[in-house]
Amino acid sequence: MTEDLTRQSAAVLAAAIAAKEVSAQEVATAHLERIAAVDGVVHAFLHISSDSAMAQAKRVDEKIAAGTEVGPLAGVPLALKDVLAMHGEPTTAGSRILQGWKPPYDSTVVARLRAADIVILGKTNMDEFAMGSSTEHSAYGPTHNPWDLTRIPGGSGGGSAAALAAFEAPLAIGTDTGGSIRQPAAVTGTVGVKPTYGAVSRYGQIALASSLDQPGPCARSVLDTALLHAAIAGHDPMDSTSLNAAVPDVVAAARRADIRGMRIGVVKELSGDGYQAGVSQRYHEALSILEDLGATIIEVSCPHFEYALGAYYLILPSEASSNLARFDGMRYGLRTGDDGANSVEQVMSLTREQGFGPEVKRRIMLGTYALSSGYYEAYYGQAQKVRTLITSDFNAAFANVDVLVSPTAPTTAFKLGEKLDDPLAMYLNDVATIPVNLAGICAMSLPVGLAPEDQLPVGLQIMAPAMADERLYLAGGALEAALVDRWGHLLIEEVPSL
Amino acid sequence: MSQTTYVPFEQALKVYEPVFGLETHVELGTKSKMWCGCSTDFGADANTQVCPVCLGLPGSMPVVNRVAVESTIRIGLALNCSIATWCRFARKNYFYPDMPKDYQISQYDEPLCFDGYLDVTVETPEGPQVVRVEIERVHMEEDTGKLTHAGGATGRIHGADYSLVDYNRAGIPLIEIVTKPVSGTGALAPAVARAYVSELRDVMRALGVSDVRMEEGSLRCDVNLSLNRPGEQWGTRSETKNVNSLRSVERAVRSEIERQASVLDLGDRVIQETRHFHEDTGRSTSGRSKEQAEDYRYFPEPDLVPVAPSDAWVEQLRSTMPEMPSVKRARLQAEWNINEFELASLVNAGALDLVEASIAAGVDSVAARKWWTGELLRVANDTGVELADLQVSPGQIREIEELIALGALNDKLARQVFEGIIHGEGDVASVIAARGLAVVSDDTALLAAIDQALSAQPDVADKIRSGKVQAAGAIVGAVMKSTKGQADAAKVRILLLERLGVSE
Ligand SMILES: [Zn+2]
Repeated sequence: MTEDLTRQSAAVLAAAIAAKEVSAQEVATAHLERIAAVDGVVHAFLHISSDSAMAQAKRVDEKIAAGTEVGPLAGVPLALKDVLAMHGEPTTAGSRILQGWKPPYDSTVVARLRAADIVILGKTNMDEFAMGSSTEHSAYGPTHNPWDLTRIPGGSGGGSAAALAAFEAPLAIGTDTGGSIRQPAAVTGTVGVKPTYGAVSRYGQIALASSLDQPGPCARSVLDTALLHAAIAGHDPMDSTSLNAAVPDVVAAARRADIRGMRIGVVKELSGDGYQAGVSQRYHEALSILEDLGATIIEVSCPHFEYALGAYYLILPSEASSNLARFDGMRYGLRTGDDGANSVEQVMSLTREQGFGPEVKRRIMLGTYALSSGYYEAYYGQAQKVRTLITSDFNAAFANVDVLVSPTAPTTAFKLGEKLDDPLAMYLNDVATIPVNLAGICAMSLPVGLAPEDQLPVGLQIMAPAMADERLYLAGGALEAALVDRWGHLLIEEVPSL
Repeated sequence: MSQTTYVPFEQALKVYEPVFGLETHVELGTKSKMWCGCSTDFGADANTQVCPVCLGLPGSMPVVNRVAVESTIRIGLALNCSIATWCRFARKNYFYPDMPKDYQISQYDEPLCFDGYLDVTVETPEGPQVVRVEIERVHMEEDTGKLTHAGGATGRIHGADYSLVDYNRAGIPLIEIVTKPVSGTGALAPAVARAYVSELRDVMRALGVSDVRMEEGSLRCDVNLSLNRPGEQWGTRSETKNVNSLRSVERAVRSEIERQASVLDLGDRVIQETRHFHEDTGRSTSGRSKEQAEDYRYFPEPDLVPVAPSDAWVEQLRSTMPEMPSVKRARLQAEWNINEFELASLVNAGALDLVEASIAAGVDSVAARKWWTGELLRVANDTGVELADLQVSPGQIREIEELIALGALNDKLARQVFEGIIHGEGDVASVIAARGLAVVSDDTALLAAIDQALSAQPDVADKIRSGKVQAAGAIVGAVMKSTKGQADAAKVRILLLERLGVSE
């Protein structure tokens, strides 16, 4: 294999490694060199695990040399969002409060990646504790969008998406609480899937909002995403919210990519105003392609979606305020003010004051208030009722259609700093992605072209019922194939060289 | 407030009626912790029985211990509770260094068991009286770590030079049993409170769900109490924490009645507050008032799925319930043909199960009661241990009884055998051998001792010869003394009378 190893898909790399055309160590080295060359300007990574990556690549090569059976992604490099615990490697969740902490255990996702012989290159940047849509809330500086380094790569998983778009890794892991996989995928021209809640174990994912969080696969193509999805999904006894059901055959669906007869719902409430012109244009073009491929487009109404953002910003901060309580300086990470004079409360307070960034503090305050005695019913209780209504909206819609579609994000990548001081504008980025998390269903974002006005990627969101994740790959695979036919290549090939 | 100005208990009861409630925490005796596989063994080195889950490390998640749920359901059934068909865990949020997650996983408004009762018996001058204590709820939660404060005067975290925390206890399954308010018990309130906790402990033991060792903190009580004048509304209640022995339960209720009566007598109001009980003084000191009370911001625990025990499971557990202590006591009282006071002394001594086990091992019922409530109880009291912890087995009592029946031991020697066993000198045979405790049954040796005693007291010998058989006791006593108690007194007597040619 003589071509640039970093430009290959995961499927192609895995086949070449298995066929001994190239070694896993060569593939890992090529990616580590690419990171060394470009990450100075992209800043997708917070930590490069060169030693453990090379050691894992060596083990894969030895297995293949010995004729031992290996997984379908054996030897393929991957970028891991820094919110997932990895034994012995720094894990900060983008926060200063966890600076220097090295987990003594592997998250289930990491354990499965290791078991699948995947090579983890390092930990990617993210908004602090996954709170944000731009990666600007990282305590370690923002990540830059490879399509335009002055723009955001989306968030919270901007590092993982940017790593894919910068060809630093062919695979990445993200986590999606309200769109943190899909919105970064949309603005970087990559593919990302939020699996059904419970499909991928949360064990070892530093929790933001436990009832919404879900780790998922990210890649540059639908098939690569499916291969990674298959590697990490499945029941985990360590996570009691993990689904105890067979994993849908997402790889077969991505390969079949046939949507003749599929009923595709357009969510009225997610198709109206508020979208950038180029986003609307590419979205509607994608709809006609889907129709050309044999699908029926049906408009459906989800009347309660207008309350989704409000409900989300009560449930998420409430759960987050509790999940983040443990960062008190007592057991790990940062400890501030332990001068022998301060009380334990003062040390906890000073540690949290210095360890958390403004967005984290804002949400902890919101959540603490929403859960307070006397306010619980009005806020958290009401939000849970909205959540039930949104689930009913989805159920009603899925009674008539197989999947739903919408634009993933209202705009293409905005400028770094543009919305940093306007939390509400930042929150509105996730208006189309949030209902999926509230209902616990699954969704994908895939690129459908560049907005004519700024030449930046536009993402389409496909949503499917809980435990019907394969439909995402069926529809996404078909649309991607049609677009590749039209363009002659994946959209990501058009990313400017760094 | 001076602690010496309390209104005497009897005087307080003349004016006020107490209403009390008890919140009892019991550590379940499961092998592993509530959310992880860590061991629950007591006494291990600090922080050696921990893992990412019970340390609350970022990313870790809890998984419910099924045995703990099963134990809780069994406790609920024993307390005549309804069992929820669906309930959730909740997070109780507060910051404290003994809480790895800075929230405790507990149950809030959806307890697993609710609406039950426990009948308890208290002694009154008119005889035993049964009082029904209603149970509000039984719910599951997790224990915290254990803090040790070094330096400082108060032994509390404020003012300490530094504090150490041991998370071995963090995540041990804990159940909380909450009574409804108990009213109308008057002067019996302290005794009812004690009897309730005692009965609860017996129920836990019968179920085998906890070793309920109060001294190891596996059963802990909080006492809620208020006073009101007859016919008036219930008063403001205080909550006394850290009440960790049966005696303390009784004393805490009693002293809180006295304290509140003193406050009310002065025309003051009782403050709704948390108080801390002190074993040494038998009094409590003020803690947090309600104004300072924490808002725990309860909400359903999103990391756990609801607990939904099936009817079939609950019924299967119901069908395997052991005999409850009250039923057992009634049965044993009948079987052993003893009166209420004898039964009460066995119960108070903690001897009931031991006597039953001894009888099951083949010991005569009277002898079993005699040993456990006599010599063995005396030793237990002297050494300050529970009877059950004396390390004397029912089998050993049977062996000793058999040796007594054979004439190889007498009561005095038997006591020495028990002493040897308790001191860890080995089994019955080894203690007898090592201490040389066999009864002297060799006639020649006994006759020699008798002759010696007779020649030492010729006047007594003459009396017996002349028919005053009751005088034989002096000679028998002398023989017992000279054989250091290793003779069979009855046999000595027979031999003595034969020797002197006298019949009874
Ligand atoms: Zn543990």
